[in-house]
Amino acid sequence: MNSTSIENVANYLKYKGKYKGLLGWIFSTDHKRIGLLYLYSMATMFSVGVLLGLAMKLELLAPGKTIMDAQSYNATFTVHGVIMIFMVVVPGLPAVFGNFLLPIMIGAKDVAFPKLNLLSWWLYVAGVFLVLAALLFGPGTPDTGWTFYAPYSFKTGTNMLPAVFGAFVLGFSSILTGLNFLVTIHRLRCPGLKWSKLPLFVWTLYGTAWIQLLATPVVGITLVLIALERLFGVGIFDPAMGGDPILYQHLFWIYSHPAVYIMILPAMGAISEIIPTFSQKHIFGYKALIASTMAIAFVGYLVWGHHMFTAGMSGTAQYYFSLLTFIVAIPSAIKVFNWISTMYKGSINLQTPFYWAASFIFVFLIGGLSGLVLGALAANIYVHDTAFVVAHFHYIVFGGTGFAFFAAIHYWFPKIFGRMYDKAWANTGWIVFFIGFLTLYSPMFYLGMMGMPRRYYDYLQEFHGGNILSTIGSWVLVTGFIIIIVNLVRSARIGPKAEMNPWNGKTLEWTVPSPPPLENFDEIPELGENDGPYNY
Amino acid sequence: MYSSEITQASNFVKGVDTVFLITLGVSFFFLIALTVVMLIFIYKYNRKRNPKPTQIEGSTSLEIVWTVIPFLLTMLMFYYGWVGYKPMRKAPSDAMEVTVYGRMWNFSFEYENGKRTDTLYLPKDKAVKLNLVAMDVLHSLYIPAFRVKQDMVPGLENNFMWFEPQRVGEYELFCAEYCGLQHSYMYTSVKVMEDSAFQSWMVDTTQVVAENIDSPTATGRRIMQNIGCFACHTTDGSKLVGPSFKGIWGEEVTVTTGGKERQVTVDEEYIRRSIYDPNADVVDGFNKGLMLSYEGQLSEEDIENIIEYLKTLH
Repeated sequence: MNSTSIENVANYLKYKGKYKGLLGWIFSTDHKRIGLLYLYSMATMFSVGVLLGLAMKLELLAPGKTIMDAQSYNATFTVHGVIMIFMVVVPGLPAVFGNFLLPIMIGAKDVAFPKLNLLSWWLYVAGVFLVLAALLFGPGTPDTGWTFYAPYSFKTGTNMLPAVFGAFVLGFSSILTGLNFLVTIHRLRCPGLKWSKLPLFVWTLYGTAWIQLLATPVVGITLVLIALERLFGVGIFDPAMGGDPILYQHLFWIYSHPAVYIMILPAMGAISEIIPTFSQKHIFGYKALIASTMAIAFVGYLVWGHHMFTAGMSGTAQYYFSLLTFIVAIPSAIKVFNWISTMYKGSINLQTPFYWAASFIFVFLIGGLSGLVLGALAANIYVHDTAFVVAHFHYIVFGGTGFAFFAAIHYWFPKIFGRMYDKAWANTGWIVFFIGFLTLYSPMFYLGMMGMPRRYYDYLQEFHGGNILSTIGSWVLVTGFIIIIVNLVRSARIGPKAEMNPWNGKTLEWTVPSPPPLENFDEIPELGENDGPYNY
Repeated sequence: MYSSEITQASNFVKGVDTVFLITLGVSFFFLIALTVVMLIFIYKYNRKRNPKPTQIEGSTSLEIVWTVIPFLLTMLMFYYGWVGYKPMRKAPSDAMEVTVYGRMWNFSFEYENGKRTDTLYLPKDKAVKLNLVAMDVLHSLYIPAFRVKQDMVPGLENNFMWFEPQRVGEYELFCAEYCGLQHSYMYTSVKVMEDSAFQSWMVDTTQVVAENIDSPTATGRRIMQNIGCFACHTTDGSKLVGPSFKGIWGEEVTVTTGGKERQVTVDEEYIRRSIYDPNADVVDGFNKGLMLSYEGQLSEEDIENIIEYLKTLH
């Protein structure tokens, strides 16, 4: 490609526009800078969330009070959930890697609406500050859990409204990003890049964007209804005013279950890029992977009721929600089979991104298979709202999305920063993190099967052993996390210069310099008959 | 769930454990098989051993195989899940009924003869239907050993769970739906007895009903324990969600009434008002709205007994 001619153009990190320094970043409409703005803001919020999680695990080290009182614990798990869900995993991979890579992967200079893209980040930051304000000022930190279930969320004296409003603003950030990506994928693909040649990461961004666009407004409406009820006493959810608390749960999960797929689909997309590259082999079952992405995006709308099997729905509703929950598991299984088959007869290059991707498959399998237990009605009744569920969704959301995020950052790091990280430290960080993760969350499956309910500040003596192990796991995990972060931050500044295509990838981002120039391509690329994202 | 001690504690254990074990078995099989295959591929096709990859784009027959087999297996799990669950939603018409009241943060159980307890006493081998009433926010009644759980939803009528205890013993009963500050202390136990023992316990009203106990003080204490006062109020001076009862009788306290602060003396009138209309006077340093009225649940006579007990707490 035209790499020699564009090397003279300043890369996006060094480029100087109308503003300098920090202003040059926070007012930049360049998709790559916006991607990094998201990366830094999310990394900050993720670290806060990790510290809160660490505090929760420390509190549960022993029965009774360990480091905080019950009110603080309840506030801690609420804030941990709100931060991790709304500020980290929902924007997740699309906000960082989607922004950075989507235009490059489809051969475009930027997203369709660069200013709208910057607005999305500003809305994200505004939402974050609104929620943080709710935590720090006013009558008290919200203590309702991230689900804000009625009617408790109407009774608590803590600072609910600003938190709810913050979540509402964050929702808009997500909707606008989704809209932007949809238009970009439809309109800005370079000549020759047919739908049947789109990289799978782009396909998952496409499926995700539809969910963001169609499901997020529902939570927006729900949050407005909460505000109406709290401010004006309109009885919608609170039975004391003639409302229905189960209606709240329906509305909440109509968004929040598809949101799980907002989190996991792009993660699956990143894995679908990494495995072929490090196997140096065409992805196995390209069309099956696309079909499964779209099937997950569609059926994912119809399974929200499985969060409410004990809530008092009709038997018919229980029947269909359970059935559809099992159906939605199948496309995920198909993906796993195809990923593993991609490794077959490959030439596997064991690098840090591959380790993360392979361990992703392992933890995602555990998360997904434990989801089958929860999808089966009778078994769900037994372990619903116990530590089993906490283990399950941490395996999916943290094990799935989190591991894929770490895989992606180690994969695209040389492209993003133009420097390579220390591979030995990166591998050390991965193995420590992986062991910590398994030690932290696996005992929770056992605790749930023994009957320990979730969101428990204190517990009976019989649950002590599992909790000790889990707390120790949290220390190991955080050690791994620190190793990873120190290595990456240090390497972004002083690591050795990276080549244009260090892993021999075939997608378009590997045809531009590392780091890419401001508008990515000197000339818009054109794909020939035999070019394709996985043609090795 | 593997403790042999609690197997077959209720009629639902078998159905739940069957689907649990089938699902776990299938899950472990796939987890181990896929992980092993993946590790073999990673070893065998490492680029040191296999420097040249063989390009394979896919296989329609394999895609069909690994769509159809998981589909059949999941339908099997779905079926057993439904079979285990279905009987839970239909209580036998001759079941013994107990009304369960859930409130922040305790359960109380009311029997057909009006007897009230804070522990659930049940006869063995007899179907029991628990009518679930939530007084304030969502709670969830969870008895792990019986494999049953049902949310308690304020305002929801005809909300119930049923089961048949099949083993004598004492089992844990938790609140499984987060309900605020003392959620993790909202637990009690289920005591399953032989039917004969249960019947004599049931008719023995001396244990709870006021007039049959000589001392009003003891009666008051018993009533408060059963209705759950001590979840939020201590008798030793320490502060929980509500003020402690220690030394409260005859004290001057600062309360907020309709937005204005005033001093009141704790007397019979004040105590009655605090129980029937708890948010009328809110004691300085505590929050409004956490306690609900006990009108209809506690009679005037109950309150007189409670007052006698409170007088003794110095």
